[in-house]
Amino acid sequence: MKRKLQNITDKLWAFSAIFLILVLWQTVSSLGMIDSFLLPSPIDVGKAFIEEFPELMGHSVVTLSEAFLGLALGIFLGFVMAVLMDHFEVLYKAFYPILVLTQTVPTVAIAPLLVLWFGYEMMPKIILIVITTFFPIAVGLLNGFRSVDADGVNLMRAMGAGRWQIFRFIKLPAALSQFFSGLRISASYAVVGAVISEWLGGFSGLGVYMTRVRKAFAFDKMFAVIFLVSFISLLLMKGVDLLQKKCMPWEDLKEDE
Amino acid sequence: MSVLHVDKVTKSFDGEKVIEDISIKLNKGEIVSLLGVSGGGKTTLFNLIAGIKMPDQGRIYLDGKDITGKPGNVSYMLQKDLMLPYRTIVDNVALPLLVKGMKKKEAREKASSYFEQFGLSGTEKKFPAQLSGGMKQRAALLRTYLFSEKVALLDEPFSALDMLTKSSIHEWYLDVMEKIQLSTLFITHDIDEAILLSDRIYLLTGKPGRITKEIVIEKKKPRGKDFNLTEEFLNYKKDILAHLEEQESDTDQIRRV
Repeated sequence: MKRKLQNITDKLWAFSAIFLILVLWQTVSSLGMIDSFLLPSPIDVGKAFIEEFPELMGHSVVTLSEAFLGLALGIFLGFVMAVLMDHFEVLYKAFYPILVLTQTVPTVAIAPLLVLWFGYEMMPKIILIVITTFFPIAVGLLNGFRSVDADGVNLMRAMGAGRWQIFRFIKLPAALSQFFSGLRISASYAVVGAVISEWLGGFSGLGVYMTRVRKAFAFDKMFAVIFLVSFISLLLMKGVDLLQKKCMPWEDLKEDE
Repeated sequence: MSVLHVDKVTKSFDGEKVIEDISIKLNKGEIVSLLGVSGGGKTTLFNLIAGIKMPDQGRIYLDGKDITGKPGNVSYMLQKDLMLPYRTIVDNVALPLLVKGMKKKEAREKASSYFEQFGLSGTEKKFPAQLSGGMKQRAALLRTYLFSEKVALLDEPFSALDMLTKSSIHEWYLDVMEKIQLSTLFITHDIDEAILLSDRIYLLTGKPGRITKEIVIEKKKPRGKDFNLTEEFLNYKKDILAHLEEQESDTDQIRRV
């Protein structure tokens, strides 16, 4: 109960800060300190959002389907790679450095190449999302697999457990929490990745919409879509948190004797 | 005939002998302690008996069958309870049954049927984090028993518990052992514990560790709460201390309570 109250007070601070920034922003716009077409006021942005709502939703569906499909494939690929690299030490030694190296390549830089190679349809977008999302998953799982208690593994071995059973009963559940940390990052990367890839070409999606309103200098709509994208990312991260609570009910338990 | 027979086992690590020429016999239903200083090679010997390491010389027999280097025959329990935090107590306890290939439902039923006998009633659906250290060790012993009804290896199972919990768990332990008649090899560095629980005690001393004395505790079981206050008990203790002092120049490592 006390903890819950503390939680609410903590959140109150964050909400107050956000509210303050909005008020400040509105004041700056209303007083005409910055031209309203360069920096539309929060109220203008809100209006634009309501006006454009049906269209934004249509584009969101496209972006989200790309993000989910890419994320699903990214999770699959990350999982397979982590399992293989955990199982075969040689693969770990050979590919881990390359894995890290791929993450230093900026997404924005390879996106045009992908469009050139795979056209304006779904394909290049999915590939880009897979590239950005598999890494946090693979690294999270791999670290989880490698951090298991050696005594636990020994005990399983003494019971006569094989590699699959040790994986199933010890390694996989032990890696869950790191997996979810990775998934949280990957989920937000997936949305951002989808938007970036849509900038470079496509027929619908929030990124495409963004490019259109930018070219039309409709900055209020621009802000509306920016807020929508970060809101969607936030929602996905929250979703991952809930999923984690559901999958790991033993976390946050206290001795009750 | 003895259930477990360790026959002249020697093991070195990095060219240095840890244990030398160890022979142990464990009869059916007996509790036999291996008493010695920490770091004296007791745990090495356990890993050899559990079959997860190979001895340099000597063999290990279970019911006359050679089990040297073969895991899956005798189970063991450590000071760390090694309850998997993500499994309920009943699922933790059922683990060895699942490893043997039993169906989940059947394994749960079989495990549950022992909860009352082991003083664990009502903890079935709890997670380890909700249980006290003593209760977790009870569950760990049940898990060990479900793995092998023939022989259990207990490696300082109660040494992490506080004095009061320890003395109540000793009482519980003797009571349970009376019911299930599990042949047990019990590692400890606590002289009182060894005398209190054992039918026989092997003293492991020196570097490399050798068995230098065998003591039979004649007192019939149940021995009663106050056994450790009797003169008989103290005489055993004096005997053991005198022998250890003779063997080791560095007796400070032996705990004297």
